[in-house]
Amino acid sequence: MIDKKRYDMPANTDMAWCPGCGNFPILNIIKMALSELDIPPEEVVMCSGIGQAAKTPQYLRVHYFNGLHGRALPPAIAIKNSNPSLTVIAESGDGDTYGEGGNHFLHTIRRNPNITNIVHNNMVYGLTKGQASPTSEKGMKTPVQVDGVVLEPFNPVATAITLGATFVGRVFSGDILQAKEIVKQAILHKGYALVDVFQPCIVFNKQNTYQWFKENTYYLDETHEKGNRSKALDIAFNMEKMALGVIYQAAEKPSYETLVRAGAEPLYKTPLDTGALSQLIEGYSK
Amino acid sequence: MKRFSGDISLVLGGAAGQGVQTVEALLVQVLKREGYNVFASKEYMSRIRGGSNSTEIRITDTKRRAFVKRIDLLFAMDKGVIPHLKDRISERTLVFGEKEKVGTLANHEIYDVPFTRFANELGNPIFTSTVAVGIALGVLGADLEAFETYLREHFERKGEEIVKKNIEAAQKGYTFGKHLAYDEGIEVHIKREKKVSEELLMEGSEALGLGTLAGGCNYISSYPMSPGTVLLNYLAAHGKPFGVVVDQAEDEIAAINQGLGAGYAGARAVVTTSGGGFSLMTEGVSLAGMIETPIVIHIGQRPGPATGLPTRTEQGDLNLALYAGHGEFPRVILAPGTHQETFSLARHAFYLADKYQIPVFILMDQYLIDSIVSFPKDDLTVKLVEHFIVETKEDYRRYEITKDGISPRGIPGHGTGLVCVDSDEHDESAHITESASVRLLMHEKRLRKSIGITDEALLPTEIGNLKDAETLIVAWGSNRGVLEEALELSGNTAVAGLHFHQVYPLPEKAKKSFKGKKIVVLENNASGQFANVLRLEYGIKVTESILKYDGDPFSVEEVVEKIKALV
Repeated sequence: MIDKKRYDMPANTDMAWCPGCGNFPILNIIKMALSELDIPPEEVVMCSGIGQAAKTPQYLRVHYFNGLHGRALPPAIAIKNSNPSLTVIAESGDGDTYGEGGNHFLHTIRRNPNITNIVHNNMVYGLTKGQASPTSEKGMKTPVQVDGVVLEPFNPVATAITLGATFVGRVFSGDILQAKEIVKQAILHKGYALVDVFQPCIVFNKQNTYQWFKENTYYLDETHEKGNRSKALDIAFNMEKMALGVIYQAAEKPSYETLVRAGAEPLYKTPLDTGALSQLIEGYSK
Repeated sequence: MKRFSGDISLVLGGAAGQGVQTVEALLVQVLKREGYNVFASKEYMSRIRGGSNSTEIRITDTKRRAFVKRIDLLFAMDKGVIPHLKDRISERTLVFGEKEKVGTLANHEIYDVPFTRFANELGNPIFTSTVAVGIALGVLGADLEAFETYLREHFERKGEEIVKKNIEAAQKGYTFGKHLAYDEGIEVHIKREKKVSEELLMEGSEALGLGTLAGGCNYISSYPMSPGTVLLNYLAAHGKPFGVVVDQAEDEIAAINQGLGAGYAGARAVVTTSGGGFSLMTEGVSLAGMIETPIVIHIGQRPGPATGLPTRTEQGDLNLALYAGHGEFPRVILAPGTHQETFSLARHAFYLADKYQIPVFILMDQYLIDSIVSFPKDDLTVKLVEHFIVETKEDYRRYEITKDGISPRGIPGHGTGLVCVDSDEHDESAHITESASVRLLMHEKRLRKSIGITDEALLPTEIGNLKDAETLIVAWGSNRGVLEEALELSGNTAVAGLHFHQVYPLPEKAKKSFKGKKIVVLENNASGQFANVLRLEYGIKVTESILKYDGDPFSVEEVVEKIKALV
């Protein structure tokens, strides 16, 4: 086990999260999972988009690509393709992943790269100050949805299962130990793994509080058949009482980086085959 | 008079799906093998079947790489061709086609050539293309031998029977063509050279693909859009032995963000698109500027705005490439004028992107992408790729402030350091900052790279005698061939040409070429976008512009006319 302190951010880093934010336990969960899995910082790349959740890599000691809003997944896919030996984690919020990056979310699941996608789901937009997110509950009043949200909430768990994801989990940031175990399983799973993390926003979401999550969720127990897709979907569709745990896990399929390239040598190490190129050019003289 | 010598324009026309492109590909290949200089360009409609498309093959004594409006020999495959090309058909044009299919042309003879009947006599309409090529070769007075060899090579794996039938089709067509030419007194005299038969023959798209490979590219993520798709297709078809990862993205936003992820991890990435798709990529261009990650962007231009004319040509996206992406950061825009330049600039683009950690654009257009020409093998040189990646140490900082603005670029997994990039303004170790002093240091560091970039800017190509010329015609990108030929034909030494294949930033050294001259800019757009770049970069006022924006390339004839009108 690697000392968890190795993942700590530099001492003088300015922290942009609000005191009491649900992001803090998630940060801790990631560090614990990586340390227990013995994955050193030099082998981890974290990709994120924009938003408070997307600042997570700033507060860790790992490689990171903190890109644009909604675009955590495309670079994550490409990094894994370019150097399959790296552990790649895409981490962002619900607005970033399910809203702005919705199309990438759909098609990343279809590709099935061997990456872990951790989504901080607090059902509200924090950094832009309190508008509805794709997962906001119907009726929630916000500065934009002044009469309450009228759209149906996006269901990431059901969507991921439907698109053929082979690992779909949901955890609550208030339960660090259970969440850490599931994040570890997600990292170990070969192929795309989604972990949707319920998390309160103590400033802008006054209805989905720590208490609310406790009352509206339950743990899947050992009787849950996580390989049964239709049962997993039934559970996913239940938005009244929401399940926590590994909701669906299927047999691993070949992951994207094993399908689109030969071998696992990092691309930066492959020199241009000048002989092959000269031969290809020569072919045009025929 | 049915005698043609030195320079012939042969046009094939037909509906999409009728094999016009097959005949074109066969004919240029065979003519090149026989030692003829060929240049082919095409125009086609945005549809899969039907409509009316055409291809022009120029067969010339001297090398040409430009479109002429004139048609000497027209092979029409269906009734749509004559109305479609009526403005280009003159009294001198010889028209060949199947009488019952082609229709009539007032006061104009149409030579009945039985493409389909011959093919059917051989048992299958599939032989129509082979018959057509045979007839064309017969009329041209070319040899049949190279064609027979080609057919043997091409159909060998399909069995002896298919080879035999095709050769029979070729001979039938050829004999017919020869007799027709003899009976009608058609004479074609074009020089053949052995050295031409050994040259490379390729499409602009293939030169782009080869140059991309030569630049060490090993990653492409793109979304199909004409005419940019060609590079995605090329790398999918030929990239495997070079370890190229090919990803068809869900949209252009994903494509460029993947390209940047790949570049961050040490791959050499390219994205290819057209103007509309590139509009979606602009946020990624800005990201490349901020995180200082190399990316090569190919834009195959076509007329806009919006969907515009999807299969036609224009140089309308220079401003787009120049200004795309919010904020200020360095970039380079390259625009090849020939196939050889396409190859060398594609390679150069990867070098510049890697060295300066910037987005580099290659601006092509439908006309250049689709045109075919032959050139000597030595024009393309293969060499080892220069890399600029460093192995990181524990205290590595991705954005170290340096004198030339270039921070040594590490990649994750290569060395003991951590490689962090951030789209927010950041300090040397990529941590988000709102410190005004750090902002100044970082912004200035990024912009300082422009000095080296401008020092390395490529000099334009001089056409004719610049020293004595009073008027200078400036062109960029695909208009090099037409300007060269028009200047030569006009024979006026008071006019010279200057062709830019790097259109931004411009090399300071070239500024003096403009001194004391009347400046005319020739470009395929309506607003004179390169004329504006000249003013921006050199402070030069352009006297006049020659513009074209109907979706077609400039023809030699119209540029000759414009030059005459200038003087």
